[in-house]
Amino acid sequence: MANRALGVPRLTGPQPVATPEVTARHSPGNEPLLKARTREWPDQVFFVLMLACGLSVLALVGLIVYELVSKSGLSWHAFGLGFFVRSEWDPVNNQFGALPFVYGTIVSSLLALILAVPLAVGVAIFITEMSPRWLRGPLAFTTELLAAIPSVIYGLWAIFVLVPLLRLHVQPLLARYLGWTGLFEGPPYGIGMLAAGIILAIMVVPIVSSITREVMTAVPQPQREAVLALGATRWEMIRTGVLRNARAGIMGGVILGLGRALGETMAVTMVIGNRPEIARSLFAPGYTMASVIANEFSEATGDLYLSALVEVGLALFIVTIIVNILAQFLVWTVTRGMPARSHG
Amino acid sequence: MMADRPVSLLRRAKNGAATLAAAASVVLVLAPLGAVFGYLVYKGIGSINWAFLTQTPKPVGEAGGGMANAIAGSVLILLIGSIVGVPVGIGAGIYLAEYGRTRFGDLIRFTADVLNGVPSIIVGIVAYGLVVLTQKHFSALAGGVALAIMMVPTITRTTEEMLLLVPSAVREAAYGLGVSRWRTTLSITLRTATSGVITGVMLAFARVAGETAPLLFTAFGNQFWNWKLDQPTAALPLQIFTYAISPFDEWHRQAWAGALILIILIVVSVSAVRIAASRGMLKGAH
Repeated sequence: MANRALGVPRLTGPQPVATPEVTARHSPGNEPLLKARTREWPDQVFFVLMLACGLSVLALVGLIVYELVSKSGLSWHAFGLGFFVRSEWDPVNNQFGALPFVYGTIVSSLLALILAVPLAVGVAIFITEMSPRWLRGPLAFTTELLAAIPSVIYGLWAIFVLVPLLRLHVQPLLARYLGWTGLFEGPPYGIGMLAAGIILAIMVVPIVSSITREVMTAVPQPQREAVLALGATRWEMIRTGVLRNARAGIMGGVILGLGRALGETMAVTMVIGNRPEIARSLFAPGYTMASVIANEFSEATGDLYLSALVEVGLALFIVTIIVNILAQFLVWTVTRGMPARSHG
Repeated sequence: MMADRPVSLLRRAKNGAATLAAAASVVLVLAPLGAVFGYLVYKGIGSINWAFLTQTPKPVGEAGGGMANAIAGSVLILLIGSIVGVPVGIGAGIYLAEYGRTRFGDLIRFTADVLNGVPSIIVGIVAYGLVVLTQKHFSALAGGVALAIMMVPTITRTTEEMLLLVPSAVREAAYGLGVSRWRTTLSITLRTATSGVITGVMLAFARVAGETAPLLFTAFGNQFWNWKLDQPTAALPLQIFTYAISPFDEWHRQAWAGALILIILIVVSVSAVRIAASRGMLKGAH
């Protein structure tokens, strides 16, 4: 487009009087020909309508904040910051502490990242740097398909396939060889923190790998050629030429995955065991912030109970927002200057 | 560095190991995908029959029955979500693309991205407070509103991107003919970008079609037919959830069947979008 705009003369054929190419140098940053508002009333009505739609996006986030803050006030006044360090959750006696949920959310998400990140980066490396060209599209498509499967279906699969597999085969092995770490002891129920971490890992992989792919593609080709010209093997080229430059962006992808894992609800609820306990062993059942809301919100009796659940939601909201903003910033530092792309 | 010497064995071994590891991770990631789809087909296909598609759930202990009301409920809720969410999303996208090259536009863009990252269960809480508490009923409407909230940011951002792909010359040509700005935006710019905008809408639709968490305390679920907007309504994902965590084999069987139907709906829409994109229909301007 840019080259055509320079007006390279065509030698064959008649020249058009006014070449449309000259004006076709549109880029997102172009100044519009007209100002935002004209004097004609239909234009003004249209502008106001579109503005209202735009404002509704702001209003929605405002509404979320308002709902969460106003409805959690009761619990906030009753427990203060102590809410997040108390560990009893006793609706009968109106005692609420969110520590087990915070713990469950953090442990299951970290476990998911530990399992998912090496795999996701490996997949991204394979697709962008190693795979034959014809295989790239199909591979990228299939990994993205993982993200299209609804959470509840992962949960269903986990209950009937993953959990029995863990209980009968994986957990006995882990207990025998790694039991001494204390992370893998106790009765192998199948259901528990480990199952939740694994199912979350499967759900996080496509996000991390698609962002990683995006930032690796953003690394300029001459960078690779330069490293190869110095005699590097392909792996050395990937490590020093590509990964090092894409570091911040990959970190962004990882944090975006973390954001997804923190807020993920259904699949986790179905396999984590839903018991508000803090146990060292990954075999033990746990509970996450999102799961406790999913399970108890519609049957919460009493204002304080409901308020406590909303406060858990508020905390989850704040954490995921911070995590997402951080991730977007990191991805942006690598891909800025690239044309805008839709989110995978 | 040492161009005259052959690449050392260690370096070659490392290179080979890295290639192997990357290929292995592809296999490891695709394995669960294959396992999920395999089991869905294997377990689901035998349970899909005419009764499953036309009947409501039977009481516990009785064999048979189906998810017809849940399928219909999902359609109803998704319809409400789309009717509310799609125009707002497209409108916000138009605002950003045509008027939004400002600080204020950046704020809306940023907010849309924030909204995109809000966990779905939180959206459920908000829809509960907004609709269920004011109506004093769990309802299809509340479920639809929750899904609409989730659709808006995705549609907004893709619509904006697609409209920006339309060359400004197209707009200027319309202005030059004396067409007013609003007509230009609707009949020329948006028209040119139609297929791209539809793609965005489909993506948002596919994303919320399988959502369960925001429906738990909005649509709530129902064992019977319901077409009233202000009454609790069944939804396919909710029904799958309820049946999956139940202790009954018959319900487990139906959960698999429901899941297969749900995934077919989603994969078909996502693949259609993919094919459309690869055919270049996404480019918008021609």
